[in-house]
Amino acid sequence: MEFQIPQTDFTTIGPPLVLSVWATALLLIDLFIANKRTTAILALVGLAAGAAVALPFYGQTPRVSFEGMALLDDTAIAIDWILTLVTAITILFAMDYLKRQAIEMGEFYPVLLFTTSAMMMMAHGRNLIVLFISLEWLSIGLYILAGFAYPRIRSQEAAMKYLLYGAFAAGFLIYGTALVYGVTGTVDMATIADQLRANQAMRTSPLLLVGLGLLLIGFGYKISMVPFHMWTPDVYEGSPTPVSAYMSAATKAAGFAALLRVVQIAFPVDVLPTWQIIVAILAALTMVIGNIAAVAQSNIKRMLAYSSIAHAGFILCALVAIGEPGAVQSYLYYILAYALTNLGAFAVVIALEQAGEERFDIADLAGIGWRQPLLGAAMAVFMLSLAGVPPLAGFFAKWLVFQVAYQAGFWWLALIGLLSSVVSAFYYLRIIVNMYMRERSEPVPSFTTAPLLLGVGVAALLVVVQGFLTNPVLTLVGQTVAAGR
Amino acid sequence: MEIAFFIITALLTIGAAVAMVLSHNAVHSALWLVLNFFGVAVLYLLLNAPFLAMVQITVYAGAIMVLFLFVIMLLGSEQGQEEVNGLPWQTPVALVMGLLLVVMAGYALFFPGTPVPTTQTPNEIGAPDILARKLFSTYLLPFEITSVLLLVALIGAVVLTMKSREGDRV
Repeated sequence: MEFQIPQTDFTTIGPPLVLSVWATALLLIDLFIANKRTTAILALVGLAAGAAVALPFYGQTPRVSFEGMALLDDTAIAIDWILTLVTAITILFAMDYLKRQAIEMGEFYPVLLFTTSAMMMMAHGRNLIVLFISLEWLSIGLYILAGFAYPRIRSQEAAMKYLLYGAFAAGFLIYGTALVYGVTGTVDMATIADQLRANQAMRTSPLLLVGLGLLLIGFGYKISMVPFHMWTPDVYEGSPTPVSAYMSAATKAAGFAALLRVVQIAFPVDVLPTWQIIVAILAALTMVIGNIAAVAQSNIKRMLAYSSIAHAGFILCALVAIGEPGAVQSYLYYILAYALTNLGAFAVVIALEQAGEERFDIADLAGIGWRQPLLGAAMAVFMLSLAGVPPLAGFFAKWLVFQVAYQAGFWWLALIGLLSSVVSAFYYLRIIVNMYMRERSEPVPSFTTAPLLLGVGVAALLVVVQGFLTNPVLTLVGQTVAAGR
Repeated sequence: MEIAFFIITALLTIGAAVAMVLSHNAVHSALWLVLNFFGVAVLYLLLNAPFLAMVQITVYAGAIMVLFLFVIMLLGSEQGQEEVNGLPWQTPVALVMGLLLVVMAGYALFFPGTPVPTTQTPNEIGAPDILARKLFSTYLLPFEITSVLLLVALIGAVVLTMKSREGDRV
């Protein structure tokens, strides 16, 4: 039998490929570098290269390769760029933090790049198998990063918990994939949609619905959707803080990217509308429970974890309405706004954290707004944006998301979202009050270094700019929709 | 002939699984599990999947079980402590779940849906050479990213157990 080497167009996986190759190289280069700061800068160079290779393909017709397994379109590129930005800021956050915590090892940066590469793959995959392997790949990277401060028992606990929950989630995902394969006879997402469109019996098959439900659970763990959110506060609290920041921003972006692919390509609303109402109910629960639980937290890291759960609910509102015009745009817009803001919000925790000492209580923030004016101002911007105060990105993001949900006929979902974001204003503003209006007799020392401030500054600036330039940003992510599918 | 062979193998496999759960000595449990793995491998052979059968034996019965035995003997926990059931609610839940699985399997057995049209026959999927061709053509991308996944896992295992940072537990 003649063996045909298949046509492979490596540009379809350009950014993740560049990152993986660079991470492998960096792992070896790092052995000859004494100053780990150089490794961090080299990692940043790799990120820039990865983002750049996608540039010529932006706005072009979508390309498919690897026997339909990989896809390069504007949605994928937009997600790649969001992930690049998040990872770059994470590296800036981690540079001095790792040293201060005495956990500095050069391997941190290659592992971070590998993980980012996996996340990008989630956006490029057009096949359930690719999505599953990418999810496992990014999870393994995150287990390592979560346990990176392993002399600390908290970090070990976080890694262990994440491992157990992650294994569970992977089980759900692969079982769901198996059931969908059993019904439709394929794992290729586009073919699944074609099969469902052509075949009425498949659409009503209970096995298919169970399979879809299991897929939702699998991704639900990663985006911490209620009721699969229990691990989030514990893992965020115990992980090294830059890693928590990275997880809350990048992992969610990747999970949402994969979820978007699944419902957009494999189970479009016009073919299978059943999932819409289920996701709508889960979105409502996520918003309500996330916001109410956040109010009760006095630990900043746990509060941010619950806030990230609540925001997952807001993003899901746009997913419910994905059939509406403009829904994908507002979905991506929200992901960008959320990722930058939540990432930046962790910076103040990083600045307060000394070696081995945990300063995560809200009271520890007292007076930091005056002692660290730049950091305080940035934090205030992030909190206002998360609370949804105009003209920041968070406001427009919520506005757009509720609007599409309303258009799709889910007015009650928009209403619940609106009410729960009123609740959320309480705990976000409490942080600002603590930073500026409280004083402590002996203030907690804080560490701000140039890379940290640079990272925070970039994030804060982008949050403001994104708010002011809402329309251009929407067009930027919006070409996606035109190019479609 | 085939059905008789199947029944014998299936009974042996199930018997080994039950014996594994019931035996009190951890080493005995592990050995029963090896027998169970062999039984499953034979079942794979019956299903025209020789490659999977070989993998089952080399990876599970071979590599993984050796690791299991190593850990059991290293920890010296052959004679498990007199058990105190820390999660008493688990037993009824497990029973209900098990029953549910039986019901589901029964449903699938007695009410088979419309068979899905597939382009491949079992013979085509199971043979090692076909599998290899598929792996390097259709499934090239999953194959490649799996290798990166394993590399990351390897790095993680080294990073998390590095000697140089030991001893400073907080």
